[in-house]
Amino acid sequence: MMKKLGKIYIALVLMFLYIPIFVLIVFSFNESKSTVFTGFTLEWYAKLFRNDMIISSLINTILIAVAASILSTILGTLAAIGIHTMRKVPKAVVMNITNMPVINPEIVTGVSLMLLFVFFAARMNLEFGFWTLLIAHITFNVPYVILNVMPKLRQMDPNLFEAAQDLGCGPFTAFRKVILPEIMPGVLSGFLMSFTYSLDDFVISYFTCGPTSQTLPITIYSMVRRKVSPEINALSTIIFVVVVVVLIVKNIIENRKYKNTASGKADY
Amino acid sequence: MKKLRFLATPYLVWMVVFIVVPLLMVAYFAFTDKNGQFTLENVANAGQYTNIFVRSIWLAIIATIVCLIIAYPLAFMLSRMKKHHQGTMLMIVMLPMWMNFLLRTRAWVTLLGNTGVINTLLGFIGLEPIKMLNTEGAVVLGMVYNYLPYMILPLYSVMVKIDQSVLEAADDLGCNYMTKLFRVIVPLSLPGITSGITMVFVPAISTFIISRMLGGGSNLLIGDLIEMQFLGNAYNPQLGAAISLVLMVIILLIMTIMNQFDPDDQVLM
Amino acid sequence: MRIRRYFEAAASLLLTVSILCSCAGGEASDESSESGEGTEEAYEQTLTVEDMEYYTRYKDQGISINVYNWGEYISTGADEGTLNVNAEFTKLTGIQVNYTTYPSNEDLYSKLKNGGASYDVVIPSDYMISKMINEKMIQPIDLDNIPNFKYIMDNFKNPAYDPENLYSVPYTWGTVGIIYNTTQIDVPEEEIDWDILWDETYADQILMFDNPRDAFAIAEIMEGFSLNTEDHDELIIASERLKEQKSVVQAYVMDEIFDKMAAGDAWLAPYYAGDALTILEENEDLAFVVPASGTNLFVDAMCIPVGAKQKEAAEMYINFMCEPDIAFANIDYICYSTPHSAAFEMLDEETQNDPVSYPSDEYLAENTTVFVNLSDEANAQMQTLWTEMKSAQPENSNQWIVPVFLILCVLAMIGILIRRYIKNKKDIF
Repeated sequence: MMKKLGKIYIALVLMFLYIPIFVLIVFSFNESKSTVFTGFTLEWYAKLFRNDMIISSLINTILIAVAASILSTILGTLAAIGIHTMRKVPKAVVMNITNMPVINPEIVTGVSLMLLFVFFAARMNLEFGFWTLLIAHITFNVPYVILNVMPKLRQMDPNLFEAAQDLGCGPFTAFRKVILPEIMPGVLSGFLMSFTYSLDDFVISYFTCGPTSQTLPITIYSMVRRKVSPEINALSTIIFVVVVVVLIVKNIIENRKYKNTASGKADY
Repeated sequence: MKKLRFLATPYLVWMVVFIVVPLLMVAYFAFTDKNGQFTLENVANAGQYTNIFVRSIWLAIIATIVCLIIAYPLAFMLSRMKKHHQGTMLMIVMLPMWMNFLLRTRAWVTLLGNTGVINTLLGFIGLEPIKMLNTEGAVVLGMVYNYLPYMILPLYSVMVKIDQSVLEAADDLGCNYMTKLFRVIVPLSLPGITSGITMVFVPAISTFIISRMLGGGSNLLIGDLIEMQFLGNAYNPQLGAAISLVLMVIILLIMTIMNQFDPDDQVLM
Repeated sequence: MRIRRYFEAAASLLLTVSILCSCAGGEASDESSESGEGTEEAYEQTLTVEDMEYYTRYKDQGISINVYNWGEYISTGADEGTLNVNAEFTKLTGIQVNYTTYPSNEDLYSKLKNGGASYDVVIPSDYMISKMINEKMIQPIDLDNIPNFKYIMDNFKNPAYDPENLYSVPYTWGTVGIIYNTTQIDVPEEEIDWDILWDETYADQILMFDNPRDAFAIAEIMEGFSLNTEDHDELIIASERLKEQKSVVQAYVMDEIFDKMAAGDAWLAPYYAGDALTILEENEDLAFVVPASGTNLFVDAMCIPVGAKQKEAAEMYINFMCEPDIAFANIDYICYSTPHSAAFEMLDEETQNDPVSYPSDEYLAENTTVFVNLSDEANAQMQTLWTEMKSAQPENSNQWIVPVFLILCVLAMIGILIRRYIKNKKDIF
């Protein structure tokens, strides 16, 4: 009885989560712009791909996400190692400040960065654009990298590094051969996290972007404010389909791996 | 490893320039007038919008509670599934999150409008259309829909660590459902609850997109107010900074209170 | 650091998600490059400009200009057979156009005032232009670089907002009226007046302007005040009017009016004549009327902000917008009235004589008022009243509320931290 109720409950929550998305998908094929389904069409998809604004902002988004996540991973990984070696009090101070962009509402982070950039722009003849956006993205990404790498460092044996040096490694080699492999999973998840956050960020980009660097979420915002709704539905559908396809592929790969290891074990 | 401490230097510089200084600038703007003179006027003027503050806090609280009520049983059921199914189920639950949140919110506009999908369906069964869009209810719905996964995830990650044998022990000792829930499961999942609450409450109280898209422009929230002062149709960055400061203080207070319930948490600052 | 806990759970998920996001990007961009070729084929229309040399002098220099315009205010080529004006400009001159949009004059003002972003061409309305001239936010335009200025009709030259015509080149003009759904509103056209927007019979079916100047103007017409009143009490009375309206208003919106009216989501909305005509094309149940009791006449003009990086390219863009073919393409697409003589000649006779788009001079003189820039005090008062109205603020708010609240919050936090500190100490011993 309880089990059945539980299943119904899960189904209801999933319905709540998915119905809006399916409505978008259905209406992306709707001939008319209204909420009555009048006929099947692919017109909105064609229009979407002819929309220069969407395409250029998509390129911008990817550029920013790639650059920001790589740079923040480097900066954040180095920072995490440095912070890890700090004494207790300075470490606590640094970590609390690092947490600020994570804890603070996005709008406050966005506004504060905007004020800073405006201050610099006025004095140094700079402009809002790619650079401001990149700096803003790195700023909110680095904490996530640090928070991902720190636990791995804590798990690491602190003597490993010294041991490597005693055995004749230079500091750089020791770092590359000893520390890096240990913390790699953290670095990787930090990188992926930054990448996704960068791709999806709207609020902070909204406050720090310039006319030459519109990202996809910002273009979407200016589109949802206006009248062209079916194109938006088409865009949602494409994003959703891509997400689902990748998930399925990932599941298949994982299952195969699982089977392979399972059968491998059976051979022994 | 002490030799590697210098590696943090670039980040420390970055942190000061792009985290500390900007926040100080918000404070500076909040306490100065247009000519850079110290004033309390901005903070005092923020008092004009008390009802917006109250509404934001109120709607965010409702949204957080609703999220908790929906997410708690779901997270528990997820954590008790077979390991192999858990991953897939969690994936399915989180999947809508990877859609752009503007698009997700936009979907509700299509659903809730006066001639939207729900009202059209109501029309077919002969019911009068209900006004749903542009109400406070729609704003709360938008918050719940967008931030529900933020509640599910921390709850799940705590609950999955609760050993099944603990629950069985509770059963063996004669606990009924209620005592098992309130004496065993809730205390063990408390850290998840508190982090879920902060993770839903903070974005909910500061959103400006959800209220704009689903609230019809007459249900302003703190986020709208801030956005209006900087980039919207009421240019006044000093007032905007003052309001941001108030928002930050509210959130820090919530975080401090929530930290109380988390036994192994570090003291903030 | 509760956040970490969440990370651990999220990490595995993110892995997959990020991969899929990156794929999302990759796949979409592949498709987009294909479609890019498609678009170029679509622009096969030939364009005649008078002076090719003028337009080609910056070719291949990699120049780009930032144009900031109202939403839905240019021909984008989205509909079959229409011109993509910005793409045409790029094709002709080799100058890239970074085109972004804003929803209202006040938003434009904030963005420019805020600094940081530099725009080369903006298109504010009359009163905003004089405000920007006063505040030195826009710079004089060299009309020698805009030969097509000759097409601008004489009555749009040297306007009140820019008496010597130094700063602006008119783009469009129009009046404000009411769009209504004839299937729901059974009132003869000539009886519709502004007070229908307050009519409780249509509660929750009414949309309203989401910017103070346009919204106050409607209330001021109804009260019989000047649309440019700076009188403290009159502004308060007008805001009281708007407060009364609040209970019947479905939403305060700008560009969303297109969608909501066309879909029948709302029955009544005030809006600019040009956009209204565009919406009418989409839904034949809709009609547009300019109330006889008076309205606002606006002119939107192209300006160059101070700090524009490419002034001459901006002037070229403005000149391009005044090319007869381009001006006509824009007007044809956005349905606003044009101050451009050649474009006006290209319109069909029906439009030329349309009393909504091109009312007679007598009518304009008698029934319409042009906004002028208000004093800073009046603007600030209007702004405060407006936000108050939208948030239904109880009167006489106490100025001590927020400071006291802040202090209480800080005290509470300190209290909690001290308590915790003491408790930790005790635990240790």
